[in-house]
Amino acid sequence: MVYSLPEEVLEHVFSFITSDKDRNVVSVVCKSWYEIERWCRRKVFIGNCYAVSPAIMIRRFPEVRSVELKGKPHFADFNLVPEGWGGYACSWIDEMSRSYPWLEEIRLKRMVITDESLELISTSFKNFRVLVLSSCEGFSTDGLSAIAANCRNLRELDLQESEVMDLSGHWLSHFPDTFTSLESLNMSCLGSEVSFSALERLVAMSPNLKTLRLNRAVPLGKLSTLLQQAPQLVELGTGAYSSGIRSDVYSALSKAFLGCKELKGLSGFWDVDPSYLPAFFSVCSRLTTLNLSYATIRSPDITKVINLCPNLQRLLVLDHIEDSGLNALALSCKNLQELRVFPSDMYVADANVTLTEQGLVSVTQGCPKLQSVLYFCHQMSNSALITIAKNRPNLTCFRLCIIEPRTPDYLTHEPLDIGFGAIVKHCKNLSRLSLSGLLTDRVFEYIGTHAKKLDMLSIAFAGDSDLGLHHVLSGCESLKKLEIRDCPFGDTALLANVAKLATMRSLWMSSCAVSIGACKILSRKMPMLNVEVIDENGTLNPKLDNCLVEKLYVYRTVAGPRSDMPGYIWTMDRDSANKI
Amino acid sequence: MHKCRGESGHHPVTFIHKENKSPKSCPNPNLLYKTHFPHKQINPQKQFLNSITRRKIKKLAGKSRNLPGNQETWIYLCFISTRGMDLINFEATELRLGLPEIKLTTSPVNTNKRSAPEMEYSSRSPPPTKAQVVGWPPVRSYRKNILQGKKSEPEMGSGMYVKVSMDGAPYLRKVDLKVYKSYGELLKGLEEMFKCIIGLYSEREGYKSEYAPTYEDKDGDWMLLGDVPWDMFLTSCRRLRIMKSCDVIES
Repeated sequence: MVYSLPEEVLEHVFSFITSDKDRNVVSVVCKSWYEIERWCRRKVFIGNCYAVSPAIMIRRFPEVRSVELKGKPHFADFNLVPEGWGGYACSWIDEMSRSYPWLEEIRLKRMVITDESLELISTSFKNFRVLVLSSCEGFSTDGLSAIAANCRNLRELDLQESEVMDLSGHWLSHFPDTFTSLESLNMSCLGSEVSFSALERLVAMSPNLKTLRLNRAVPLGKLSTLLQQAPQLVELGTGAYSSGIRSDVYSALSKAFLGCKELKGLSGFWDVDPSYLPAFFSVCSRLTTLNLSYATIRSPDITKVINLCPNLQRLLVLDHIEDSGLNALALSCKNLQELRVFPSDMYVADANVTLTEQGLVSVTQGCPKLQSVLYFCHQMSNSALITIAKNRPNLTCFRLCIIEPRTPDYLTHEPLDIGFGAIVKHCKNLSRLSLSGLLTDRVFEYIGTHAKKLDMLSIAFAGDSDLGLHHVLSGCESLKKLEIRDCPFGDTALLANVAKLATMRSLWMSSCAVSIGACKILSRKMPMLNVEVIDENGTLNPKLDNCLVEKLYVYRTVAGPRSDMPGYIWTMDRDSANKI
Repeated sequence: MHKCRGESGHHPVTFIHKENKSPKSCPNPNLLYKTHFPHKQINPQKQFLNSITRRKIKKLAGKSRNLPGNQETWIYLCFISTRGMDLINFEATELRLGLPEIKLTTSPVNTNKRSAPEMEYSSRSPPPTKAQVVGWPPVRSYRKNILQGKKSEPEMGSGMYVKVSMDGAPYLRKVDLKVYKSYGELLKGLEEMFKCIIGLYSEREGYKSEYAPTYEDKDGDWMLLGDVPWDMFLTSCRRLRIMKSCDVIES
């Protein structure tokens, strides 16, 4: 008797399996499970939009409801990727509009999307609910008007950190009178004013609104009006947080915050006037997320706020918090999981701001649940790093940026190899690491030996030779994303580890020592990789094999070389490579 | 337990032999044991289900009460997907992008001997000055803009002194606006300097006292103090004047 579960039963079981990794494993158990699974997969995540084509995705997963795509490499955030590089959402939207009529969610990160595509989205998917455009560009408020006007069931519109061409503040008024489904709106990236009356109207007719992130142009005086309309908010992003000396604004604001019993997250706080801070003190005890990274308030004010937030899990702040503020954080916020400290001055250490490595050491000592750290500072020592590693072996993300490149241990003047070595040795679940300071090949030896769960590694101005890169590529078993700039890594290490590159999502190398010849060899040996050489200045001579490449981006793909490359990108044509 | 040759086919199948009590107690959890299927009796599903430990299932039984069919079966699958997969190294079965199996050459890192690197990196020109390094420090441009916007306020030397005149006073004074962080502080400072009471501001009625603080803005107009945000005031204020309320023209 053949024992097998009916398809519907298996489908129902699979519906409980939501993680992509698990789904992928389920699909390879056997052919019938593969078939069943692919018909009932509802969510697809594609970490590199060029790794696969829309047609392939649609062919394999015909009934998808939610798609997430990422486009440009991470270093595009820091202007290292030239204009016109790619990451166009157009072809994806076009094909999905034809094949996924029931699509509900689109999430894009670092992609270029046009108003036409937005309009197409708004008219093609009758049940469209969620649009997240994170760090995207290429569209204007006209596209947003189309979304507002046509997506009757829209729940979430999140424009996080995107660059939007502000043509008119009236796009908000395109939401029809019957529109009541909005749950989340993030327009914090918009530069100019939106029509306040339209905003007010929208908030008033959205009883399920849980997240509202305003842009800087929304005056503080209007915030209380909005809060009164939406006391059920869970996440709020304020606009500019200052006003004239209007005591009535202050009292109205204070009263409005008192009414927000569900508020758990606050952000915004541009142009803060410290005298207005106490207005939100009533919600502090419930806050789990606080983003003060635009607020140039000083340490005493920040400390005052922190002392009122014992349940804080996530804090983003400027280095104005100083060591004293971080000490207070370590004492008050025992549930802290994530800390991000941004620099207020990009280049020179502000004499008035005393933020050193001590602040970070305190927090790692005092906050037992701390897992994720992003820390910009001007000095670091090996002993501090070792202490941090021993204090917090549960760290999963450690990104340290010592602002001056190649800065040694300020106490011993040695490289910071053993410090970072301690981090990877003690923090066994570390999945993301960013290095800085003076580092030799030694640190990469430690990383290759210990960082077995490392998924993403960022390296800048570090290392002595190819051995460093070789340690990383040969040792880091879980490595998926590697981004390197200004390091003396070159052909030898790359060519010794070609197979590794097929197990990774992508590799970025800029201002390193990789030659054209090596790129050609890599391209020939590994047909499943796209090896893209970026030659912005037009100085590259592809015939000279020992010519160094400026920027190199290598990624695995089943879609072949892409067809939308700008003129400054060279790929090795298969034919010419064979001729070598 | 026996190790066998795996099946051929597109989808490599890997199971734990049912003699194992649990994935954890397998002598070498990293080794994948492939069971051999007699020809024509391939029933991967059954084998898969049978090979999972029952002990773990009991734990999860409480979570899925309303599932049709064999409850234990469901939970096996749920468990394996969420826990079992992690405990066992399923790398070989992980979906790859249609690639054939690739063996990773993990050459052991020899920490004792340091072989001289074959390719010495020749020294480059000294690193460019701070301002010239593109994309460093790694801060997104919108953050840089916001903070630099703050810094590029009119920096008139180390202070921002403006003249202050008071109606009826014999001479003018000068005050450094940068010392104050808000209107409240500024008014207090003025009150102390001139020994007067300016009082509280209200949006509708201005200042309910003998004096009204005003300032001349960039356009040369005289404005009542307090209407605009402090930062905006700082950038536009050229001088201050404390007027007698009776002189203020009612608009």
